[in-house]
Amino acid sequence: MKLRDTLTVYRKELRDALRDRRTLVSMFLVPAVIMPAIFFLFGAATYQVVKTAKAQPPVVAVLGGEESPSVRAALAAQPGLVVVPAPDDWRERIADKRLRAVVEIPARFDALLASHAPAEVTIYHYEGEFKSGFAVGELRRFFGDLRERALAERLVERSLPAGFARPFEIRTENAAPPEKVGGNTFGGFIPYLLILLSFTGVIYPAIDLMAGEKERGTLETLLCSPASRIDIVMGKFLLVLTVSLTTVACSLLSMTVSLIVGGIAMVGTGRMAATLAGEQGAATLPSLDPLGVVGVVVLVLPLAVLFAAVALTISLFARTQKEAQTYLAPMVAVVILPAVAGLLPGVELNSTLALVPVLNVTLACKELVSGEWPWAHLALIFGSTCVYATAALAGCVRMFGRESVLFRT
Amino acid sequence: MIEARHLLKTFRDRKRGEVRAVDNVSFVCEPGRIYGLLGANGAGKTTTLRMLATLIAPSGGGAVVAGFDVTTHPAEVRARVGFLAASTALYGRLTARETIAYFGRLNGLDDARIAVRTAQLAEELAMEDFLDRRVDTFSTGMKQKTSIARTLVHDPEVLILDEPTLGLDVMAARGIVRFVRECRARGKTVIYSTHIMSEVEKLCDRVGIIHGGQLLAEGTLAELRQQYGEEDLEEIFVKVAGGEAIA
Repeated sequence: MKLRDTLTVYRKELRDALRDRRTLVSMFLVPAVIMPAIFFLFGAATYQVVKTAKAQPPVVAVLGGEESPSVRAALAAQPGLVVVPAPDDWRERIADKRLRAVVEIPARFDALLASHAPAEVTIYHYEGEFKSGFAVGELRRFFGDLRERALAERLVERSLPAGFARPFEIRTENAAPPEKVGGNTFGGFIPYLLILLSFTGVIYPAIDLMAGEKERGTLETLLCSPASRIDIVMGKFLLVLTVSLTTVACSLLSMTVSLIVGGIAMVGTGRMAATLAGEQGAATLPSLDPLGVVGVVVLVLPLAVLFAAVALTISLFARTQKEAQTYLAPMVAVVILPAVAGLLPGVELNSTLALVPVLNVTLACKELVSGEWPWAHLALIFGSTCVYATAALAGCVRMFGRESVLFRT
Repeated sequence: MIEARHLLKTFRDRKRGEVRAVDNVSFVCEPGRIYGLLGANGAGKTTTLRMLATLIAPSGGGAVVAGFDVTTHPAEVRARVGFLAASTALYGRLTARETIAYFGRLNGLDDARIAVRTAQLAEELAMEDFLDRRVDTFSTGMKQKTSIARTLVHDPEVLILDEPTLGLDVMAARGIVRFVRECRARGKTVIYSTHIMSEVEKLCDRVGIIHGGQLLAEGTLAELRQQYGEEDLEEIFVKVAGGEAIA
């Protein structure tokens, strides 16, 4: 192996890639602009939809309760609801989303309340439908307040203290440090995104550099040179790895910027600055352990090597770019599935899972961004991923030496 | 010099079993001579030339090219060979100058030598006007000139040319023919494969007719004409190859 030849091939491939619009798009534009833009637009759209839904009071109908004018009047005056008389086809209307919910008030409800007799209010709704759920929330709040008021009146009647019916309150408070909260919230998502981008980053250059060159006839031109096949394949591999790591770096940079800008937009500069400075007052805002993020990048490195070698090998095996695309497209699912499995609740890092490629890195990353450093598992994960990556690279070099594959047209 | 000795190349085919793409092919090509390898598509020309250029390894036999064995010293062979084929394309996003420099570096030339060779080749091939333009904007003729420059950048002593005029227009093909003659005049060893009879008649000092992977006839044009009693090379080829392909 001659380093000079490897670097000559690498430099040429880099120059070629930087002049290729499609490589530039997948390397810079997608991770730095398009992905954050998609997330931002999706978030903004979701926020707008919720805001619009909340601004429009849901239409609800009342069944029964003719003998209970006070509760009907109170319900009609509730500002978050538009109360209409119940039509005969109210069930169909709920299903058609023309009515969001119907509340059934039992006969003589006011009287039952006054006599302290038990009563049951039923809310009919559309399970899983957002606006119907919103209407149910408003109705539950209304009847919950009504129940509280009735209870308070009864306690007063019997000269009992307010605490008689509520002996104690239940309060919850977060005790975990913000980086752990952040790790738990985003810990799986960030490595998932990095792993996905490091793989999608290798697909186009791998296809272009192997199947594409075979198809265009430039690979044969290159093979005529005295450069050894190992030098040629290593030069190409380094370029694919460069594209993958640049994609990851751009994505990390854009995510950091988005987090800071988004955080300032959501909670204001003061609180964001306090969070970044790690002040106690900012404890409720999730943050990530920066050292953990560095750890994530270190773990993603051998994984990127593995991805680059596998993608190059598959692309080399294919006769044409189309064939390579056909082989590599399902590989995205092969990469995503273990990454998603790492996000599932209850899937925790152990010695066995530390040997499963992709899943092991996802699980370790969750720990790292939470500020946890399980060294034994980290060593196992890094070591095993390095072994897989080396084996994949050796397989790629071996495949590049096979003339039946190189001249498979 | 090229010396092929009982070259053999076999492939495994799922339907046909073992296929002998090149079967016991031997010939010698001297410096300052053009050896024409004449054959129909699929006759074994490209496989023979790829073995000589060390792109693929022989299954049997051997060859010595520019003094080095193709099996034991492939890198040394490639450093002394210029291989040009219809299937050897150029990188569209590189300029002609960058293409020449890239292959110069891969052939071990330093930057100063590359600059000298680029200037020489650009002058000889009249490439000055498009030397710094990207290849994907080139006409066929410009691409062909750039391919020739790429092939000659390291001033190889042996040229292996596999159907280099395939798909070219008349003017570009004439340019190739002129280039091959100039290489012969400079004392280079040239092997030229084609299925175009007129190119063989114009260029070749010796001709080998290959069919079904076997070298069935070999000699100068005069020797072949005398041996087969035909003036027309096409008729000689048909006689050697065993009759008309389509009745």
